[in-house]
Amino acid sequence: MTALLITAVSLLIFVVIFQISKASEYVAILKGEEHSRKQNNKINGFLMVVFLVLGLIGVWYCNEVLYDKTLLPQGSASVEGERVDSMLWLTLAVTGFVFIGTQIVLFWFAYKYQESDNRKVVFFAHSNKLEAIWTVIPAIVLTVLVVIGLRNWFLFTGEAPKEAMVVEVTGKQFGWIFRYPGKDGAFGKKYYKNIDNASNSLGLIWDDQLTHDDLVMEQTMYLVKGRPVKLIIGSRDVIHDVGLSHFRMKMDAVPGIPTTMWFTPKYTTKEMKEKTGNPDFQFEISCDQMCGNSHYSMKGIIEVVDQAEFDAKMAGQSPYYYTAFPDKDPANAKKDTVKLVAKPVELASKVTAKL
Amino acid sequence: MSNEAVLHAPAGAGLHHEAHGDHHHEHHHETFISKYVFSMDHKMIAKQFLITGMVWAVLGGLMSVLFRLQLGYPEASFPWLEDILGKWAEGGKITPDAYYALVTTHGTVLVFFVLTAGLSGTFANFLIPLQIGARDMASPFMNMLSYWFFFAASIVMLSSMFVEFGPFSGGWTAYPPLSALASASPGSGTGMDLWLIAMALFVVSSLLGGLNYIATILNMRTKGMSMTRLPLTIWALFFTAVLGVLSFPVLFSGFILLIFDRNFGTSFYLSDIFINGVGALPNEGGSAILYQHLFWFLGHPEVYIILLPAMGMASEILSVNSRKPIFGYMAMVGSLFAIAILAFLVWAHHMFVTGLNPFLGSVFVLLTLLIAVPSAIKVFNWLTTLWRGNIRFTPGMMFSIGFVSLFISGGLTGIWLGNSALDIHLHDTYFVIAHFHIVMGVASMFGMFAGIYHWFPKMYGRYMNNTLSYLHFWITLAGAYMIFWPMHYQGLAGMPRRYYDYSVWESFKQFAELNRFISTVAMIVFAAQLLFLFNFFYSVFKGRKVTTQNPYGSNTLEWTTPINPGHGNWVGEIPEVHRWAYDYGKDGKEFISQTTPVGAEESSH
Repeated sequence: MTALLITAVSLLIFVVIFQISKASEYVAILKGEEHSRKQNNKINGFLMVVFLVLGLIGVWYCNEVLYDKTLLPQGSASVEGERVDSMLWLTLAVTGFVFIGTQIVLFWFAYKYQESDNRKVVFFAHSNKLEAIWTVIPAIVLTVLVVIGLRNWFLFTGEAPKEAMVVEVTGKQFGWIFRYPGKDGAFGKKYYKNIDNASNSLGLIWDDQLTHDDLVMEQTMYLVKGRPVKLIIGSRDVIHDVGLSHFRMKMDAVPGIPTTMWFTPKYTTKEMKEKTGNPDFQFEISCDQMCGNSHYSMKGIIEVVDQAEFDAKMAGQSPYYYTAFPDKDPANAKKDTVKLVAKPVELASKVTAKL
Repeated sequence: MSNEAVLHAPAGAGLHHEAHGDHHHEHHHETFISKYVFSMDHKMIAKQFLITGMVWAVLGGLMSVLFRLQLGYPEASFPWLEDILGKWAEGGKITPDAYYALVTTHGTVLVFFVLTAGLSGTFANFLIPLQIGARDMASPFMNMLSYWFFFAASIVMLSSMFVEFGPFSGGWTAYPPLSALASASPGSGTGMDLWLIAMALFVVSSLLGGLNYIATILNMRTKGMSMTRLPLTIWALFFTAVLGVLSFPVLFSGFILLIFDRNFGTSFYLSDIFINGVGALPNEGGSAILYQHLFWFLGHPEVYIILLPAMGMASEILSVNSRKPIFGYMAMVGSLFAIAILAFLVWAHHMFVTGLNPFLGSVFVLLTLLIAVPSAIKVFNWLTTLWRGNIRFTPGMMFSIGFVSLFISGGLTGIWLGNSALDIHLHDTYFVIAHFHIVMGVASMFGMFAGIYHWFPKMYGRYMNNTLSYLHFWITLAGAYMIFWPMHYQGLAGMPRRYYDYSVWESFKQFAELNRFISTVAMIVFAAQLLFLFNFFYSVFKGRKVTTQNPYGSNTLEWTTPINPGHGNWVGEIPEVHRWAYDYGKDGKEFISQTTPVGAEESSH
């Protein structure tokens, strides 16, 4: 019913607008077309300034309402991201200045130089000096922006610091899998044809001893405040993207081609909750590359904690190997024969010795 | 129709040419089919492109209204949606499958069918022969084929909307593996096959058209029309055609490989894939990134294929209605050329976060930001063209001014996105949507409106209604800013593109109210476009008749033809050109047509 009503009202508005427009055309002919054309010209010239003023007010108002909803007031949650923010402010200053300046000139000129019978136009076809000015100045300003940008770019895409912890992130339709290297500090090999959703979601090669202590988790990734982290990113199926807007970072997850990204978290999740005043705050991983019809629900969580909390969390995790082979889990050892348990225990003691 | 129209045109048309009129009289007798359907007259083909483009613009626009309905009112249900869309909107709520299909088709259709075929197809066909002084295109037959390939592409694309699992739904860029595997997304089945066929036909159309435009501009200029006397519209259309001819084949090759991967078991783009419910696929060793390189090698020039014609038309219209020469003609041509060259050297700025080599990335940053220089030249030249002019606000002029405003607004955010370190944060967020919709979507649309309003009297021999045109302009300009300006803020919050629903996201759900506002404005702006369409079609049949040959006091050659030019454009001899197209306000004369010989005591510029 409402739909019908809305359609009817819209139609009515259409008819009214059309009739008025038609009538104004007849009036124009009666009054003399040249006369009414000039009148229209004055109205539109005036509207140009009105639009300029209202537009600038609108820009200000929009900022007033929306600024607090962006990530800028809370600042970057990663050390590196601060550089993104400072670059962003500089770029905003430059482009904002040009934006306001040129828009004012454009609409002001349109108003000021509207048709008038007494104005004689200036035949001004070219000026090498002016052309040179507006070639060179933008070029210089852009060079500055490029230099700053590239320095940041090489930092972001360069090698992660040596002390960085490493986490492997794998995207799949429609969720995230995280792998930690475990006590040995190294990832075991994997091959996608070994993937089995029930017991081997990443396709780890169990023949490789390094896989045996790898920890695999879904949906939530734990990171340490103040400790750089390097993510090794991959995908199991289509292209995804690890979008970390709070950390100002983003990297595609491409099947068959691992990519990397690193950053240093500055605040724990708890601290962010206080900082933002939002008790539900979470560092969310958003998939930023169209990956299928549930793309919009492909969410992961990053839990940033301090080192002690992190260690406790990791100690409580059982290696993924035991999910695949529950009978080899020392936790189940008492029920099993000595022979079966022997191997993992031996391995574990080896690793502890190393450490 | 040949020249009957000329003879029947109101007195004053054709004037001194009329004497030559009658000896053309009897050859080619045209039927309805040869005149309106399989026409080889460039003017009729232009109108065919225009009207087909309009149909697609309405469909594409309607799609955006539908998916904005979901974004603005995610909780609401609209029973009438189920009436229209059936199972795609069960219970009056658009399903995610339908949402993504709408988003994808909206993008494909607007970029290729409306802003490429609808814009270049219309104005290259219409203006090239008229403004360079030719009777028709180099090959009218190829020109006709170009339209009919486009028509075939349209039919195939349209039919993809009616297949069982829906049209392609993986985004207009169609990245594999998603677009290659029907098991990864229902739309990547038959829908994608049809999408690829439609796009292949479209590439053929675009190449046939482009080659023709280039050949015509290079070979068929009238006597005296040297390249440096061409109006800027023609220069822009020329570079557009060159861009298309050089880049569409690369896109085509990318599609061919995709077709192979989809149907013949090759692994160009596929590697290490495990699909839930299907298992591990045999393909190994392919690179999904290869497709992106091939795609964006067209994809970026495509942006300029869309934008350059709008720039050219805006330049021409701004000059004519300021009653002043365009400022810096050679700089305008030079910057068009620079943009055309750079267009081929920046494609990987769409791929900064794919893991591409950082050094390669830095080269693309440099080249990308370099584009800002010719763009700045153009903007400042347009502003100087207005300076101390005597501006007539015809609807075409208004839309040209709007174009400049939008080009500035959208172009400046390109400086943000082209700088890779900043792009990492903003990539694939609403900031990108805001950027490209303003600079290439709405700005080019404004260029197109400017062109339609300005040359409507030449196309149909009638005027459009001014009041409706002004209303259309102000609603669209204000509406476009109200829709896209706030999206920058959503982008600065990291809000990703192509999400069906944001309510489960702690980081993005604060924009529910804004989304509702944007959706509402989008609907109003869409309604204003219907006003334009009504004005257009009503005026084709009932508009005020044009009574003078050169209503704007314009210098270019199209205004030396009869009011309703027949096939062949000029009755009798094609006029000779003696000067450039921008002698406005020179030596106290309001305008001096290109056909006027240079006087002895005339000042040089």
